[in-house]
Amino acid sequence: MSEKHKAWRNDAYAKVTGRAQYAGDLRFHGMLHAVPVYTDFVHARIRRIDAAAALRSPGVVRVITARDVPGSVTFGQILRDYRMLADDKVRFNGDVAAVVVAETRERAIAVIPLVKIEAEELPPLLDPDEAMKPGAPLVHEGHGSNVVNHHKVRRGDAAAALRACDHVIEQEFRTQLIEHAYLETETAVAVPRPDGVTEIYASTQHPFSTRRFVAALLGVPLADVEVRTVPIGGGFGGKDDTVSVVAARAALAAKLTGRPVRIAYDREWSMRESYKRHPYRIRYRMGFSSSGRIEACEVRVVADAGAYCSVTPWVTWRSTVQCCGPYDVPNVHCDVYGVYTNNVVTGAMRGFGSPQINFAVEQLVEMAAERCGMSATEFRKRNMVRQGSVTITGQKLDTHTVSLEQALDSTLRGIGYHGKHAKCSFGKSGSDELYGIGYAISYRGMSLGAEGMDFNSAVINVQFDGSILLEAAVHENGQGAESAMVLICAEQLGVDKQRIRYRMPSTANIPDGGTTVASRGTIMGGGAVANAARALKARLAELLAAKLECPPDRVRFSNDRILGADDVHALTWPEAMQQLFLAQEYPYSFGTFKAPQVSWDEHTGQGKAYFTWVYGCQAVELTVNKRTGRVKLLGMSATHEVGKAVNHAMVLGQFYGGMAMGTGYALFEEIHNDGGLVRNANFNHYRIPRATDLPEMTGIIIENPDPNSPTGAKGVGEPTNELMAPAIANAIYNATGVRHFSLPIRVRPLTGEERA
Amino acid sequence: MIAYINGRKRVLAEDDLGKNLLSFLRDELGLTGAKNGCGIGACGACTVLVNNRPVRSCRKAVADIVDANVLTIEGLAREDGSLHPLQQAFADAGAIQCGFCTPGMVLTAHALLLANHEPTRAEIRRAISGNLCRCTGYQQIIDAIESAAKFYR
Repeated sequence: MSEKHKAWRNDAYAKVTGRAQYAGDLRFHGMLHAVPVYTDFVHARIRRIDAAAALRSPGVVRVITARDVPGSVTFGQILRDYRMLADDKVRFNGDVAAVVVAETRERAIAVIPLVKIEAEELPPLLDPDEAMKPGAPLVHEGHGSNVVNHHKVRRGDAAAALRACDHVIEQEFRTQLIEHAYLETETAVAVPRPDGVTEIYASTQHPFSTRRFVAALLGVPLADVEVRTVPIGGGFGGKDDTVSVVAARAALAAKLTGRPVRIAYDREWSMRESYKRHPYRIRYRMGFSSSGRIEACEVRVVADAGAYCSVTPWVTWRSTVQCCGPYDVPNVHCDVYGVYTNNVVTGAMRGFGSPQINFAVEQLVEMAAERCGMSATEFRKRNMVRQGSVTITGQKLDTHTVSLEQALDSTLRGIGYHGKHAKCSFGKSGSDELYGIGYAISYRGMSLGAEGMDFNSAVINVQFDGSILLEAAVHENGQGAESAMVLICAEQLGVDKQRIRYRMPSTANIPDGGTTVASRGTIMGGGAVANAARALKARLAELLAAKLECPPDRVRFSNDRILGADDVHALTWPEAMQQLFLAQEYPYSFGTFKAPQVSWDEHTGQGKAYFTWVYGCQAVELTVNKRTGRVKLLGMSATHEVGKAVNHAMVLGQFYGGMAMGTGYALFEEIHNDGGLVRNANFNHYRIPRATDLPEMTGIIIENPDPNSPTGAKGVGEPTNELMAPAIANAIYNATGVRHFSLPIRVRPLTGEERA
Repeated sequence: MIAYINGRKRVLAEDDLGKNLLSFLRDELGLTGAKNGCGIGACGACTVLVNNRPVRSCRKAVADIVDANVLTIEGLAREDGSLHPLQQAFADAGAIQCGFCTPGMVLTAHALLLANHEPTRAEIRRAISGNLCRCTGYQQIIDAIESAAKFYR
């Protein structure tokens, strides 16, 4: 394996030897264990919670309900509607009415049935379309409506354009409720510290969010809560609100008992309570000319938010901005609604509102191409965004390289699409196996965009011996964020990466950098690291210029040395650092990166939604068995623009993981929501892809360093997980001649007559 | 009654026999490398080797390891802490992301390679099909196992 392609991770040793300490591996003296108490209800008004019998049981220390909350029982990232403990009502079956705290986890679990919850059952609202109707009962009376949010795009005159164009395709799509299925369940330990601070170790991907939830429930200032970083067993957007609420309950239990408290979720609790990916009902009317030009799109999306808002307005906003896929459409009328129901909560999940949209759009363009008698590739190329194109929200794409066509061509060439497309079965085959190949393309706005505050910070603190402590306000979710920060720092300073120790940050020693989601870790955290390194170099150059006998702007940093204008005047990195300390100067730097300005007009749905974009294409080959409908995947390939690959092997790791997760979305995964109850709450009935379900995969990285990013790098986590479902749908169409408009795709076996 | 855990003899008490093996390893022996991902033997995160065969420790009792050799992830690296070639292959191939499946995955692969020194990629897929990974899509895990096979020959 070449050095460039060899993976490097700062945490590889700890993880491959089993020494890495996740939240559930930590032990503290006198630690108690707490467990959630759910109710039998989906929607109900709580009358009374009787914990007397539970409290009499041996080993039980405390039973906590909403009445014990010193702060606010409600909180949320956008709307403060999330009940950390159910108080007035049960709004979904995952609401927690009480928390049992006991000496052992086994004792705590044993007394759960002894906590009696009396409630008046209310009719559950399970259908978002029904919930939107005027007069529907309200999930949150205070909100005044079940509509959480309504986003729009208004561009040109879609109605008139649809009337005038040659062809209109009208189609409805449905996507399902799915689970993140991170292998580590929600786990949190709260430790009351002698100085009054509550210390939290939790499987969170957003320590600052966790701190806000904890502080709200305890009713204390943010400074009185410290969330320490620990390795987490996967996140995918899912380790935010739910684990933050779990941490808040642990913190309350620790506060009330004066002892450390751990809450470690069973898989069944996790799948019952944790937020999921939004199911969408999507209606499109796409109008286009016979020459293959998309003229107009009318889009209506209803997203089931479940019982609490979580980040539904943000998820659905991305769907709004990207509602026409990566195409230049002159007339757009789009309405996207997030709607409260009594179903399980939905929120952030890798892809964040784009996988649903892409599933629809990337089939629609192929249907339109077929109507025009044109190849799908030609149709896409006539409509796709290019350098200088204006997006449907009025944003000109001229501040970075628009590499969509490059991504498309690269993938199709790599997988041999054109030759193989001619061999597709389209429902006709002499054997039982029908062959198909398909692909999909997308663009994706980077980072948070106009969702909200988007900035980050990093600290470089060089020690007397030249070793370096680095920290940034991004979180290691497994993707390799820490390693990326170290590699960026090493490159910027021209030092060996082994000198750098990533100091796992806590909320108490680095400013709030927001959440490590939205594929923003490398671009935002890496940007802050690069800016901190540049500031440090400028300062070092000034302080060492005299010694190196050159002006500061000629000082160079390379190969663990600081050099003057020639190679004669040079200091090794440790020598230089020692000289600074002896001169009483700190080689210390704080850097920030603020996202460039974005804008959004909520009334017209126009604005510069994201400060930069990435582009990608994924393709898949498969066969479908005529008799059984069984889909067998033969190979997958992806190309993604990443700006600059900081850690080549880990970038590919995102490609492969994203394609795998997209395959689960396409073919296997669905939460069985039975009247508001999650029926398949463990991995025996909720099937995520196994090694035998997946084919060999290849990845091609496009690097066009982005001037908007201090490192040139962008993000890759999510774009890799938003394309495989439509690629598979298109391949299945090319195999069978049948389109599938809902997820997961269930291919109906052909009847004897059809097979003939 | 005894068991050999990571090569060290350990006397098992009568009281221990009924205990869940995963809890025993994690809570009583402090061997927290084995993880609890599902509690029902469906995800493989709790995999340890018993007489060189992978078992789901969350579905076993301590009684199941009487007189047996148990290998947990903590016992695979060399005494001096340096990595076993299979572990090094996982690190080099980019087979590690969140790391939660890694201990079970490495041990399952170790059992495969002890029995089959030249597995095909399809055989590797079958061998690890009971170990779920949500991060990697398995591609680089398979690369790692394939590249480590030569160290077992």
